[in-house]
Amino acid sequence: MGAVPLSAGRGSGAGDRPPGEPRLIGYAYLLPAFAVFFCFVLLPLAHAAYLSLWHWDGLTVATWAGLDNYGDVLSDDELRGAFVHALILLIFYSVLPVLIGLGLAGIMARARVRGLAFFRTILFLPQVIAMVVVAVMWKMIYDPANGALNRALGWVGIPGQSWLGDFSLALPSIGLVATWVYYGLAMVLLTAGVQKIPTSLYDAARVDGAGAFREFLAVTLPALRGEIAVALTLTTIYALRNFDLVYITTHGGPGNATSVPAFQVFTRAFETGQVGSAAAVGITLTAIIFLISLGINRFSERAV
Amino acid sequence: MKRLIAAAALMVLVAGCGAAPGAKTEDTKATPAATVAAKPDIAKAGDVTLTVWDQNVRGGQNKEIEELNQQFMAKYPNVTIKRTAKSFEDLLKTVKLAVSGPDAPDVVQANQGRGTMGEMVKAKLLRPLTDYAKVYGWSDRYSPTLLALNSFSPDGKDFGSGDLYGLSQAGEIVGVFYNKDKVPDPPQTFTTFEESLQQAKDAGDTPIMFGNLEKWPGIHNFESVLGQTADKQAIRDFVFAKEGASFNNPDFTAAATKIKEWVDKGYFNKDFNGTDYDPAWKAFAKGQSPYLIAGTWVTADLEQRMGDKVGFTLMPGVDPDAPVSLGGEDLPWSVTTASKHPDVAAAYIDFLTDANAAKVLVDTDNLPAMKGAPAPASGLSVDVSNAWQKLNDADGVIPYLDYTTPTFYDDISSAIQELLAGKQTPEQFTKGVQEKFDKWAQSR
Repeated sequence: MGAVPLSAGRGSGAGDRPPGEPRLIGYAYLLPAFAVFFCFVLLPLAHAAYLSLWHWDGLTVATWAGLDNYGDVLSDDELRGAFVHALILLIFYSVLPVLIGLGLAGIMARARVRGLAFFRTILFLPQVIAMVVVAVMWKMIYDPANGALNRALGWVGIPGQSWLGDFSLALPSIGLVATWVYYGLAMVLLTAGVQKIPTSLYDAARVDGAGAFREFLAVTLPALRGEIAVALTLTTIYALRNFDLVYITTHGGPGNATSVPAFQVFTRAFETGQVGSAAAVGITLTAIIFLISLGINRFSERAV
Repeated sequence: MKRLIAAAALMVLVAGCGAAPGAKTEDTKATPAATVAAKPDIAKAGDVTLTVWDQNVRGGQNKEIEELNQQFMAKYPNVTIKRTAKSFEDLLKTVKLAVSGPDAPDVVQANQGRGTMGEMVKAKLLRPLTDYAKVYGWSDRYSPTLLALNSFSPDGKDFGSGDLYGLSQAGEIVGVFYNKDKVPDPPQTFTTFEESLQQAKDAGDTPIMFGNLEKWPGIHNFESVLGQTADKQAIRDFVFAKEGASFNNPDFTAAATKIKEWVDKGYFNKDFNGTDYDPAWKAFAKGQSPYLIAGTWVTADLEQRMGDKVGFTLMPGVDPDAPVSLGGEDLPWSVTTASKHPDVAAAYIDFLTDANAAKVLVDTDNLPAMKGAPAPASGLSVDVSNAWQKLNDADGVIPYLDYTTPTFYDDISSAIQELLAGKQTPEQFTKGVQEKFDKWAQSR
């Protein structure tokens, strides 16, 4: 550190800070929370970033890797594939649930249904069940020989499919489970938003001769921007860190058709002794989640 | 943004101050040596608590180890065994961390192969048992292949030779279960087995029930066929990564071609890649197929459901007198270098694998890996026990392919799913697997 010239002649007390500027003591109040955050979030994160620069099997002395592990994320087909799958899953985790949620919220905004709370609870229910239970349940539903889905299709004469075993069907099949789980969350967030829209806006729209669809576009949708952003952010994070669903249903199979980054982190760190590579995948995933969330928030703030 | 980068750089510095990961544990460790010359007297060892991690959580296995632990503590009242039981998957994921940590157990079950045992030997976490093997005469108890499966060179580089690092209790075979109603006379040769599959198909049956959703069952079906198209020594040499051994050769490709042919002829249920393991063997138990290729770990479950309607045979061989079958032994019991009581630990392992232990294993419906174990009285276990004797007399055990490299389980199970679904040709399959192997071999 170089020498800092002292600003002689000026008083340097608490008195000369600009009006409205908080006193330094304010930072001390942050300290307890920050200490916890530092120890349990920042430090492990930094440690993971550090590990990602090494080739390490978890036991013996590591060798320096530099950015090799990050290079692999881009060049290794298996890893690149995992990230592509995660992005495809975004459609099923975020886009579909929010669209369905919007549809339901739009309907509920127009028709004040009796027993609304009841329906809302029912639709929200999947969200409450632990993901492990959901995954085991859907694995049974998707079973090609005795699963509920193929039997139901059989009744209407559609031939059953090997939902989780077919290379092109496995990823969408997993995605649909996620849609089923998360549309309830989106719906609850969005209907809550709808309820705070003043009814006078709808009255005004109707006076102007707007139909149901027009009303939805002109009144409901703009008012829900904040809620949509929250729903998108949450579901995006769930989508990208998805592990349990894949681990329990397909183990990334068939082949590597449903492998996702979090699953790769797990197998590399705990099964195949590639700790450095696992850390690199984890850090990359963190960065992607951060960037996408940032993008969604920027977008919603600017638009409002 | 600049501040963000600076903060990130600072954090990396803070977290990383100093040495390479793993360095500090390594410095202090000398290569463990096997130097015991005489049978230690455990009764005079003083009060000892032996911490043991095992994965014998299922019915018969749990009964067997509880019984032997009781007997051992009764024999040596000065020894207390503190047992931690975990399922196979849980043990696999935690054992390396536990043994490298400060409160390492004395005895652990370290899975065979380069993924677990090899890594632990390389990190000097396991004590070689060659000296105890001499003192207790362990090499007389097992066939050479079974001992080789638990052996590594001291640097962990050579698998299948060098020092002995553990002993297993139970044997395992992946063979053919058949439904006696549908198959009164089990086929004796590979050719007649294939004919029988075709007959079942022609009769409108699903010949072999197969559930490959969990990925690993494919290894068993593929390797059962591989044992018939390739020389057993070539398979062992590949798994042990011997000089000159390869996966990409005509005999191995022939196995890939053969099993794909079985898929195309409809010898498996249609949606095997999407069918779970348990529903598959349950479907066999309900009589939905004449055959099931599976390991002896489903013996008890099948017998319970099918009674005397189920039989077991080794994969019918090209030469019926020289059977080759995928198999081996369950997880070996190993002594950690961190253990302060290696004498007691070795005596415990000796106790778990002697003649008395073999009898306890049989009584609790397990298949002892040891030679000369008593035959079970009745039921499906008799078939299994006979098959095991026959296989070991012929020295026909071939080891699981997933032992080959630390990542091979993932590599080969994914590749087999792609082969069976027609995403890869047999030639692409053997070539691709070879490439994965070469990548590891270069970094060895």
